[in-house]
Amino acid sequence: MALLAAGTVAAAQADSGGTRVANTPKYEQECAACHMAFPPGMLPAGSWQHLMGSLNKHYGTDASLDDVTQRELSAWLKANAGTYKRVSEESPQDRITKSAWFLRKHREGEVPTDVWKRASVGSPSNCVACHINAAKGSFSEREIRLPK
Amino acid sequence: MEKLYLIAAAAAVALLSLSPAAHAVTSAGQLAGYTAQAGAPAKAERGQQLFTTKHGKEWSCSSCHTAVPTIEGKHASTGKVIGALAPAFNPERFTDTAKTEKWFRRNCNDVMGRECTPGEKSDVLAWLLTLKR
Repeated sequence: MALLAAGTVAAAQADSGGTRVANTPKYEQECAACHMAFPPGMLPAGSWQHLMGSLNKHYGTDASLDDVTQRELSAWLKANAGTYKRVSEESPQDRITKSAWFLRKHREGEVPTDVWKRASVGSPSNCVACHINAAKGSFSEREIRLPK
Repeated sequence: MEKLYLIAAAAAVALLSLSPAAHAVTSAGQLAGYTAQAGAPAKAERGQQLFTTKHGKEWSCSSCHTAVPTIEGKHASTGKVIGALAPAFNPERFTDTAKTEKWFRRNCNDVMGRECTPGEKSDVLAWLLTLKR
């Protein structure tokens, strides 16, 4: 329970317009081994619930957890879900990268199509390829650098 | 009274370290544990074979960990960097039984569609321990 209480709310960010919670060490440890620890605010609670209820079939891989950890993280995600702006309905396949807001922010006029094809980027879920401080939860427009 | 307590404590520690399910916080300790569970000696060549072959599914262990995991690997889908797996090149590997078991469970399921047997785990770990500088 101390772990849940440890997530403190960071100051409001100029870019997102919403408050942002710091990732707990447990979340980083369990949910950032294969990909970046995605900010809980970027998905609605319902999406996190789907994800945490199907970890053994997590986008084609087994990401299952022990019951205690699964419950702990599910509760933390639910408590901190949906704080990012315009995150209300669940996105297709519960993917952040298929959310309406994500698609709008990364549309053709903002991000040239060829960027997605670069080996250095790989996938739209690879935030850190361009958002240099994404792993620290910062997506400021001043902190973007497109890789070659 | 105090001596009795010390004897009892020593006995408890001895018993715990004999059990394969005990903490076993060294890679050698974990290997001993899996070998005991398997009831047969580990074979490193078998471990290498298992690690580098596909087992009817899309990935082998080496798809993410590389064929000789003395270097960093990369997640086959996300591209996330994965630290070297051979303990001689990454001292924190195989020092936590819960973590080892968690990753064996998940990754054997992904690669083989089932849990690895204790024999298979001991073979793989035996092979990883042969990889030295």
